[in-house]
Amino acid sequence: MSEIVDILISASFWAAVLRIASPLIFATMGELICERAGVLNLGIEGIMVIGAFAGWIAVYAGLPLWGGVAVAMLSGMFFGLIHAVLTVPFGLSQHVVGIGITLLATSSAYYAYRLSLPEVSSPPRIEPFQPIDIPGLSDLPFVGPALFSQTPLTYFAFFTVLVVALVLYRTPLGLALRAVGENPSAVEAQGLSVTALRMGAVIVGSGLMAVGGAFLTISAFSSFFFEMVNGRGWICIALVVFGAWSPSRALLGALLFAAFDALQVRLQQTSYGTLVPYQVFLMIPYILSILALILMSRRANVPAALMTPYNRGER
Amino acid sequence: MRLEAIENPTLARSLGLPVLALVATFMVGGFLAMLAGANPLLTFGLIVKGAVGSKFALLETLNRATPLIFTGLAVAVAFRAKLWNIGAEAQLYAGALVTILIGTKLALPGPLLIPLMGIGAMIAGGVVLLGPVLLKTRLGVDEVVTTLLFNFIMLLLISMLLEGPLKDPMGMGWPKSEAIPRNARLPRLVEGLRLHWGFGIAILSAVVVWVVQTRTTLGYEIRAVGLNAEAARFAGIPVGAVMVKTALLSGGLAALAGYSEVAGLKGNLTLDLSPGFGYTGIVVAMLALLNPLGVIVSAIFVAGIFVGADGMSRAAEVPTYIADILLACALLFMVLAILLTKFRVRKG
Repeated sequence: MSEIVDILISASFWAAVLRIASPLIFATMGELICERAGVLNLGIEGIMVIGAFAGWIAVYAGLPLWGGVAVAMLSGMFFGLIHAVLTVPFGLSQHVVGIGITLLATSSAYYAYRLSLPEVSSPPRIEPFQPIDIPGLSDLPFVGPALFSQTPLTYFAFFTVLVVALVLYRTPLGLALRAVGENPSAVEAQGLSVTALRMGAVIVGSGLMAVGGAFLTISAFSSFFFEMVNGRGWICIALVVFGAWSPSRALLGALLFAAFDALQVRLQQTSYGTLVPYQVFLMIPYILSILALILMSRRANVPAALMTPYNRGER
Repeated sequence: MRLEAIENPTLARSLGLPVLALVATFMVGGFLAMLAGANPLLTFGLIVKGAVGSKFALLETLNRATPLIFTGLAVAVAFRAKLWNIGAEAQLYAGALVTILIGTKLALPGPLLIPLMGIGAMIAGGVVLLGPVLLKTRLGVDEVVTTLLFNFIMLLLISMLLEGPLKDPMGMGWPKSEAIPRNARLPRLVEGLRLHWGFGIAILSAVVVWVVQTRTTLGYEIRAVGLNAEAARFAGIPVGAVMVKTALLSGGLAALAGYSEVAGLKGNLTLDLSPGFGYTGIVVAMLALLNPLGVIVSAIFVAGIFVGADGMSRAAEVPTYIADILLACALLFMVLAILLTKFRVRKG
């Protein structure tokens, strides 16, 4: 037990929690926006892959890091647009289209990778985002190195949660967006376009998912590897449910999840690591996600019109 | 825009649009080949040649189609009941695992092991899907996410076993299991040809599933639940029980893919047994419009694209991932085409 306590009281552990949480926060916010508007986006896993690739290759090609973030976001919005067109005006199965988008985006990223770098055996590295110390705060004992010495994208992730929450709960647009996920006919009666609102939500949400993917390549690992997203997208879908479709609670879920993930990595280095096969530690994130789904199943307040396409003139 | 139902779609519409979807898919493929600096027609020619150009290529395609028929059937059965089983990959590995356990640990004669491994695999696959389905029917937990997450857990479990208790001591350090005995392997379908009985079992399974779906009460109930679960419940159909039966059938079919790959082709279990057969099964099932007999055709088509792309990329400078993009496009274009056979797009 003392080993666990030692881990929990180290500043580097909490710094890692924020780092691991960052891509999840972006993608969870993206999925949350889609679902609040009534559209399940199972393209998330593939969109994170294309974001990771697009951001990285753009920086490798000479763009500044923030340019890479923008390219990643655009790539995600492109696949989001396809998902939006097929599921909103055409009202196709959100499950089937979402899986299709994940296959399409993932294979497009791999194809483009092979095309742009045909000769290499290992992917080239880029110079990723470096941690920035927040003046004043980063000098605080423990809290400083734990929370205020992160890369800009991590700060940006938290800022995104704030913006998403403000827009959702404090603006007319947010009200319309929430309403379109609960009662689209009522929104239509107000003279607003259900199609435009839902498509907009899916496109913007997909852009955020791609930024989550890009965090992996241009802030965390500095290179693009196949299968580096590794189910994070699916985990984010579980986090949205766990957070009961609320940005702040989803943020909490992402942090909690990241804490467990950071802990399991460190536990592998301790005496537990020799007792238990490493695969058990790697299973923990997925098992936790399933447990979170079970835990929240009874109380989750699902948007009433989630997964229900809206066809004007029906009813 | 809005959608307007078409009362009696013309034959030209019902057939033309799906064909158009395939044409559109190959136009995307042609564009991708051009991006790689290759001639599109030449690329497609090489894919066709690689898939069916020789007896060896054709048998390779049929061998590759075998697990896809099983996973395609698994998805088709489940999706018909609107049970979104995205976990065929996990069920496949569960089937492969039990096949290895029975095949290497039970000292029984081969002719007895062959059916025993198959039955064991089917039970394992069914049980793996039963968990997420019970969570869905009892607690309302969405099965899409749980079945997806199970894929990762199962692969880690297999990895753990292959580096631990199931590790082949003669494996030179590679994480692979011992092989099942020679006489417990699925025999060749035709002597001298590299095609095993797994393909025969796959065809047989498709026919059985077709009979179940069209000629039995269970098939009727599955369709009713899929069309409208509330209405089915109102009509006195035990929705939960139908879901459980569907899960056992679907999981069992996916597990047979693992059984047939191990007992028919590989002989042992490794972590790369399936290059995503479970996920590709979704494409196979959708291209077949969830029709069990159609699954046979679409699995051979999909396998042909994969095998053909392998052969093509050796000759032309086009990455094999073009096959995955083609299939994803085929899936998306096809679901749209099917919708447009039944609905017309109206302005306003």
